[in-house]
Amino acid sequence: MTLLSIEGLGISFGGLKAVNNVSFGVKPGEIVSVIGPNGAGKTTLFNMISGVYQPGSGKVILNGEDVTAMSPHLLARRGMCRTFQNLQVFQSMTVLENTIAGYHLQEGGSVLADILNLPASRRRAKTAEAGARTLLKRVGLERAAEREAGSLSYGSLKRLEIARALALQPRVLLLDEPAAGCNAVETEEIDHLIAEIAASGVAILLIEHDMKMVMRISNHIVVLDHGEKIAEGDPTTVSRNPDVIAAYLGTENAAG
Amino acid sequence: MRLTAKSATLLGLVVLIALAPLFFPSGFYYRVGALIFVNALAVTGIVILTGWAGQISLGHAGFAGIGAYACALAPVHWGIHPALAVLLGAAVSAILAWLVGRPILRLKGYYLAVASLGMGILISMVLNNERELTRGPDGIDVPDLGMRALLKAAGLDLSNGEFWYFFCGIALVIGAWLALNLHDSPTGRALRALHGSEIAARTVGIDVAKLKLQAFVISAIYASVSGSLLALQNKFITPDVAGFMHSVEMVTMAVLGGVGSVAGAIFGAAVLTLLPQVLTVFAEYEQLVLGLVMVLVMIFLREGVVPSILRKIRGRGE
Repeated sequence: MTLLSIEGLGISFGGLKAVNNVSFGVKPGEIVSVIGPNGAGKTTLFNMISGVYQPGSGKVILNGEDVTAMSPHLLARRGMCRTFQNLQVFQSMTVLENTIAGYHLQEGGSVLADILNLPASRRRAKTAEAGARTLLKRVGLERAAEREAGSLSYGSLKRLEIARALALQPRVLLLDEPAAGCNAVETEEIDHLIAEIAASGVAILLIEHDMKMVMRISNHIVVLDHGEKIAEGDPTTVSRNPDVIAAYLGTENAAG
Repeated sequence: MRLTAKSATLLGLVVLIALAPLFFPSGFYYRVGALIFVNALAVTGIVILTGWAGQISLGHAGFAGIGAYACALAPVHWGIHPALAVLLGAAVSAILAWLVGRPILRLKGYYLAVASLGMGILISMVLNNERELTRGPDGIDVPDLGMRALLKAAGLDLSNGEFWYFFCGIALVIGAWLALNLHDSPTGRALRALHGSEIAARTVGIDVAKLKLQAFVISAIYASVSGSLLALQNKFITPDVAGFMHSVEMVTMAVLGGVGSVAGAIFGAAVLTLLPQVLTVFAEYEQLVLGLVMVLVMIFLREGVVPSILRKIRGRGE
């Protein structure tokens, strides 16, 4: 059964169609990658799905519910979480605190309990911390737990974002270039991590430029060019598609 | 680590409040001390709002005005005990903050600064112009809290200055304790998160608008209680308490000491309350010196005095 389905999604900026009529679906445990040249509209598509932009047309259906243009914090409640291409970590907080922030929804509780430092509030904080430490171990950042997030390397920050997203125990995870700026070893680690997350039943939607990685881990690939879906299918089919090759090598759209 | 920072701040504060009187050359300094504590309380609220939630208010003195005039008016007109009037003022301030903040804080950006500025000016105008009720710009008497008499009956005879020094000191310790609790709690973490990256905060499920509103309401209560304490100890209050300059003063104190830190807020309040007392020698140069201090701090200690110095000490320790 399709957990996340994108139906005819489109948006224009000042007359320019950044994304036009894109549809596809993601099932639990499946890794779907969105690829395409720079400026193809991949991140814009992500921003529409995750509620950052309001789509001009089309629908986003999550687990049978229409969640189009829903605020990100409400999507988080429904089990959707994402990471960012241009990293959005809480710089001045520690790595551990960043991860604990992902437990915000599970922590719940009232401001009053927090401000009075009631036992209930402390208990919640403790549970979240234990969970966060486990997650940091899972992404290999346990030794950096007490460090200020701003001091981490790019690759580590990418993993921190994934840890924070996992803290929400999402059913759908959107990863925007998780391996960008990582060396070969780090890329492979992230590779394994993503496969592992998918294996636990999470539906994963991935944007990635590293083609080797995309071909290796994707179950399904959607190719965008100039905001339109030009091809989709399993890795082998997509890599042989002449339109895809043309979009990447630029033979057809040399002017662009 | 965090826990010790919290205990250290509170312990340092208690020791300072308890021991400072040993060095007072005259009884006058009890009054200066009490003024510092009252200001520091309001500035602690600014730390929560600006330092943690990243929102700016230019009308916080309006809440201080509500707190102050609640103590002046409620006992006389409605027969409410002054102590309860403090709570009434806090409740009115909280409700007003909620009403003003709710529509504004849904928007991104610094709209709260403009909205609160307007709100502060309105409150100030009402206090100045509703002469029937507030007696206008000349100010109004505030009834006695009556607690000093109670303490005297119980065998503890404090001078007026001593009583308000310790009373406001205790209020500040409680205020600082609550703020530090909040800082380390899930809500405080969420606040600092939204300050760090609003979009990421939303992604992890933080209701950004709601959280900012909570911070605004909490900080309004701090300002209101601060205004009440000022009115009660002076037994007299003028609409200046709600004036724009007072709002700016609060923000300036927070920025000088370090807007992200409770200890910094207290330090900033202390410096800017003391300086005018010290600078009376310079009389007309007072504003000039204050301005110069602010400019120098912003250039050399951008995070504010306390956090900058702490960072330097830690840097050297490692």
